[in-house]
Amino acid sequence: MAFKPDSDESVYLRESVQTAAKILVVGHFAVGKTTFIGTMSEIPPLRTEEVMTRAGEGIDDLKGTTGKTTTTVAMDFGRLTLSEELVLYLFGTPGQQRFVQVWEDISRGALGALVLVDPERLDESFPVMDLVEHYGIPYTIAVNRFGDRPDHADEEIREALDLLPETPLVSCDARDQRSSANALITLVRYLQSRLN
Amino acid sequence: MTTPDEPEQEQPATPLVPAYVITNGRSLLDDDTLSLITLVTTAQDAPAVQHLDPEKRRLLELCSGGHLSVAEIAGHTQFPVGVVKILLSDLTQGGYLVTRAPIPAAKLVDRNILEQVLHGLQARFG
Repeated sequence: MAFKPDSDESVYLRESVQTAAKILVVGHFAVGKTTFIGTMSEIPPLRTEEVMTRAGEGIDDLKGTTGKTTTTVAMDFGRLTLSEELVLYLFGTPGQQRFVQVWEDISRGALGALVLVDPERLDESFPVMDLVEHYGIPYTIAVNRFGDRPDHADEEIREALDLLPETPLVSCDARDQRSSANALITLVRYLQSRLN
Repeated sequence: MTTPDEPEQEQPATPLVPAYVITNGRSLLDDDTLSLITLVTTAQDAPAVQHLDPEKRRLLELCSGGHLSVAEIAGHTQFPVGVVKILLSDLTQGGYLVTRAPIPAAKLVDRNILEQVLHGLQARFG
């Protein structure tokens, strides 16, 4: 296995970087998390894998030998060096409840979360919003919009997602860097406003 | 939009070398010593590496080029995060690696950090 990356210069962080911060990019399957991270990352997005062991759900298995399943959960992430001394990591996090073990790890130390939603599939966002709220992570909703679809009014979406009035909702196109950066900026401004 | 490359599908874990072999049977770390965004690099005056396992030597080789986060090291090596944490923890305790700890939890809501993030995003993409 070749562990050493080919192009060393862009792989490693600047020597001056002292601090690492983390923002989660969450949402249901195929909502555009990987696209968003790929758009924003300065390195080709990387994938980590975590092996999880889950207790079996059936109560009729008393032997305890077949009651466990081992699965691999993969997460994509990217990196953005934002100043001489600060680097920001964006972690794409799966939203299914069965991944709570991964959430323990990934949510620890996160500044906040950008929740990507698809206006056509709003109901699929509920499990991930439950997780974000369960872990007390402040979040902003980013509606991943594409030009070829009819727009849903923001108010409609707020209502469908049962958002608190202070939770920001922003539109973004995960394929577009300015638009995606704007969604992150909206989140960070919201995090700042919570300090006041 | 569908993004078929999204990695959320679950697959049975069938690694070539079981994780407990690589980690010499040690179980996963519970403590907070290494997070996904702890920054790691090789120590200036690291001890000799000859007696180390090949996996650890490869990690050291990767880390010798500069600073990387724990998550990046896992991504480049394709080891599970839990395994990488154990190996990196051993190597740090052995004096091979040095770490830059992530922001302490108490400082997470630090205005300075949020301000730096905001200014960085605006400067690059605004």
